Amino acid sequence: MPADGGIGASTKRREDIRFLTGNGNYTDDINLRGQAYVHFLRSDMAHGTLNSVDTSEAADMPGVVRIFTGADFADVGGLPCGWQVTDRHGEVMQEPAHPVLAIGKVRHVGDPIAAIVAETADQARDAAEAIEVDIDELPAVIDMKAALQEGSPKVHDDLTSNLCYDWGFVEDNKDAVDEAIKTAAHVTTLELVNNRLIPNAMEPRVAVGDYNRSTDDSTLYTTSQNPHVIRLLMGAFVLGIPEHKLRVVAPDVGGGFGSKIFHYAEEALCTFAAKALNRPVKWTCSRSEAFMSDAHGRDHVTKIELALDADNNFTAIRTDTHANMGAYLSTFAPSVPTWLHGTLMAGNYKTPLIYVNVKAVFTNTVAVDAYRGAGRPEATFQLERVIDKAAIELGVDPIALRRQNFVTEFPYATPVAVEYDTGDYVATMDKLEALADLSGFEARLAESKSRGMLRGLGINCYIEACGIAPSNLVGQLGARAGLYESATVRVNATGGITVMTGSHSHGQGHETSFAQVVSDMIGIDASMIEIEHGDTDKAPMGMGTYGSRSIAVGGSAMVRATEKIIAKARKIAAHLMEASEADIELKDGAFSVAGTDKSVAWGDVTLAAYVPHNYPLEEIEPGLEETAFYDPANFTYPAGAYACEVEVDPDTGKVSIESFAAVDDFGNVINPMIVDGQVHGGLAQGIGQALLEGCGYDENGQLLTGSYMDYAMPRADDVPFYQVDHSCQTPCTHNPLGVKGCGEAGAIGSPPAVVNAVVDALRRNGSDITHIDMPLTPSRVWTAMQG
Amino acid sequence: MYAFDIERPSTIADAVKLLSDSTESQPLGGGQTLIPTLKQRLAMPDRLVSLGGVAEMQGICEDDAGRMCIGGGTTHADVAAGAGAYGALASLAANIGDPAVRNRGTIGGSLANNDPSACYPAGALASGASIITNAREIAADDFFEGLFTTALNEGEIITEVKFPVPEKAAYMKFEQPASRFALVGVFVAKHVDGVRVAVTGASEDGVFRWADAEAALNGEFSAASLDGLSLPGDGMISDLHGTGDYRAHLVAVMTRRAVDAAA
Repeated sequence: MPADGGIGASTKRREDIRFLTGNGNYTDDINLRGQAYVHFLRSDMAHGTLNSVDTSEAADMPGVVRIFTGADFADVGGLPCGWQVTDRHGEVMQEPAHPVLAIGKVRHVGDPIAAIVAETADQARDAAEAIEVDIDELPAVIDMKAALQEGSPKVHDDLTSNLCYDWGFVEDNKDAVDEAIKTAAHVTTLELVNNRLIPNAMEPRVAVGDYNRSTDDSTLYTTSQNPHVIRLLMGAFVLGIPEHKLRVVAPDVGGGFGSKIFHYAEEALCTFAAKALNRPVKWTCSRSEAFMSDAHGRDHVTKIELALDADNNFTAIRTDTHANMGAYLSTFAPSVPTWLHGTLMAGNYKTPLIYVNVKAVFTNTVAVDAYRGAGRPEATFQLERVIDKAAIELGVDPIALRRQNFVTEFPYATPVAVEYDTGDYVATMDKLEALADLSGFEARLAESKSRGMLRGLGINCYIEACGIAPSNLVGQLGARAGLYESATVRVNATGGITVMTGSHSHGQGHETSFAQVVSDMIGIDASMIEIEHGDTDKAPMGMGTYGSRSIAVGGSAMVRATEKIIAKARKIAAHLMEASEADIELKDGAFSVAGTDKSVAWGDVTLAAYVPHNYPLEEIEPGLEETAFYDPANFTYPAGAYACEVEVDPDTGKVSIESFAAVDDFGNVINPMIVDGQVHGGLAQGIGQALLEGCGYDENGQLLTGSYMDYAMPRADDVPFYQVDHSCQTPCTHNPLGVKGCGEAGAIGSPPAVVNAVVDALRRNGSDITHIDMPLTPSRVWTAMQG
Repeated sequence: MYAFDIERPSTIADAVKLLSDSTESQPLGGGQTLIPTLKQRLAMPDRLVSLGGVAEMQGICEDDAGRMCIGGGTTHADVAAGAGAYGALASLAANIGDPAVRNRGTIGGSLANNDPSACYPAGALASGASIITNAREIAADDFFEGLFTTALNEGEIITEVKFPVPEKAAYMKFEQPASRFALVGVFVAKHVDGVRVAVTGASEDGVFRWADAEAALNGEFSAASLDGLSLPGDGMISDLHGTGDYRAHLVAVMTRRAVDAAA
């Protein structure tokens, strides 16, 4: 291993030096000469007919450069949806137009109506108040089931209803599942809500559009997790700018959690306006604005039925879910409740028959799309909750019930179309029982009781599908994009390396962990390797970072490119040492001839590549730079087992998390410290969902949780010191690093553990409660305790 | 934020004068409510009169009657650090918001704003404090008139608050999970002449005294005296964070805990 840490070392994050000292370069830090500022006038009504937008008075306000309205985009495309779902009847989903600025109607509070460009941000905001907007308010459609009733107001008048799609999976299993449930020895049914979340990345979204009239080049600086995808979507589908005339840069980005995957109207507006005005145009989202313009997450209403035979073996699962799309289809929204949710419904268990029905529904709310876990938390939550309920009903130990039904042989083809390559759910559960000291629970229970507190233990498992995914497969499933990843490894003459990856780091620490991989492969210090990302003019076409795919897909692309580098360097080394290529060994950054003391250093080889005086020019080209595109053969399947212990204050219903143990199988691990951090962050978000976070709308579509006064984010004292373990490692079989991905696991696996624990605590106190919907606020828990 | 002028007078007299002239002016205490309101463009004063430079409104002392006198411009952090003679009040101040709020927010500003979920109104009411303004002295019982409404007249500022120091007292706050304001806060004070119980966060009418609890505790100052006492959920705030019934229940729980803590 290199001196400063290769694969497996907890190398400290090099990027933290600039982040922690205030030297990051975030999009809002970018200020271009002559830039103007844009302010968006947004709808304060959830639903209405937009009769007119009179900008005449506002246009004369001080500093106003130009006011854009929906009419200005008449000749431009709307925001595209990147995934087309085909429903259970073979029909494609209903796909409404998504204008950059509202045309004809407003459809949610926060829907942008006009964009005011002015010399200062304050002037733009002043002018916005002078715009006369004439809206006839319409009844808002908020509740999903009401939205599907005959006669409900329609969010989109040109669609036949508010139903986006009615998806069945696997449709061919439906009758068999129905029959299995009808004839089962026992069926446990659970209805639940997976609460709507507002992502709240620490850095709000920002966009800076720039245009060079002399070259006709457009540039967008934006807070994105996938700048190439934005370049493709915005260039090809919205503004009609070919990729070679459009550069998208996502510099340092302060968290995304999915919300910065999507192509947003503000990005298109800034790019469009910069060209129209021939000057840079900047928009910085306020926190209040983020609450009503960032795509939200989750928001499923589900009924799940679990059938068991007389021996408590799972025989079938049937689910019925309503999934909120919000008012428009955000970029990947249709994929979340379908392919990212239904395919995970088997969980860690060998249930032979599964049928998932999802009705995606339009409502007058902010668009809903992928949020950390994206579909997999929703699948895990309902499955792990219904198993706990089944254990209650059957009077069996919830861990034993899980163990009995674990998948134990791999590869395992689920009845929901995916094949788990590796895993060892028994091992992770064994590890969890030790890590969480489950045998000591009774003593802790007694100690809590002595203080008048109700203690509960919640256990669950999870599986997820990461490293999305084989392009040919996702194409069949409706993706309008490939899902490979790219990397260019550029070796410089003196041996230093610049890696340009299509993955994007917005907190994940790629600059450190990716460098560890290349360092390990070549045997040189990581300090000789620089990781570049986020600029479409530098990195080859890449698909970005989400779905815990960076190391599994992006890392694999980098490995492939590095392998090409090593192969070529080996040829050069063989030439330099006048030896056969087959005899050349690479170790610790030096090439040697097997069985001799002849060797050349890495730097000698790289220098020869660029100063090819003594070089096999007739066989290979000079230079040492390689690009690889990697398209995975399968998803990866991280899995784990989590344990949460809570105390509930019986007088107030307040839940405190006393301990949380997470055992994850991520396959091989590049940087254990970074993986710990990813798990910690995921757990905080999952605990946030379970206990604190819940986006609420009133019946008129007004956002009830429009600020931190009402939307509760987890804070340091809401979460415990975690016990995290990832020593159970069943390496992925189909990527070169054997890695699975770790970014979302914590957020996927933790909500059911928390809820299971609270239900357990109440039941141990004599309650017959079986479920409480998240977030488990003190008021909800207390109310549930009242029966 | 809209543009406004700001004045920083150094005496109460100058502040009052600025607030009473023809310009539409608003007093600025620590700004922990007003500044966010301005940033959201929900208020449009022509002029702010900052009270932060008025030295005579700063600090804590004791008057001849043994009351703790706290200048209206004294920050929560200074009360937390300097009101040791009245531990329950110091503790209340020490648990308002976060350090940034406590180092800017003032007792006068909080009382004048009378947020229905703020802590100080409960402290003042349970203490039987006197609110001293530039013009008069107002008993706490007469000061709080409902949500964000007080007996203060336009241009009248709180210069000082005088707290009788009870024999025993404690404040128990149950935090709203998002804002961490009081979902329910109960201040119990046992004075020589009787017990006062003040409740914040719960009622649609703002801070109030719970007369039944006071009567019970005047019998015997113990949590057991409260057995069987409850408040109706009607008239309590009901929102995302708690139903009226829940808040009513919490009042009873927090009152018991405050009595236990004070005893």
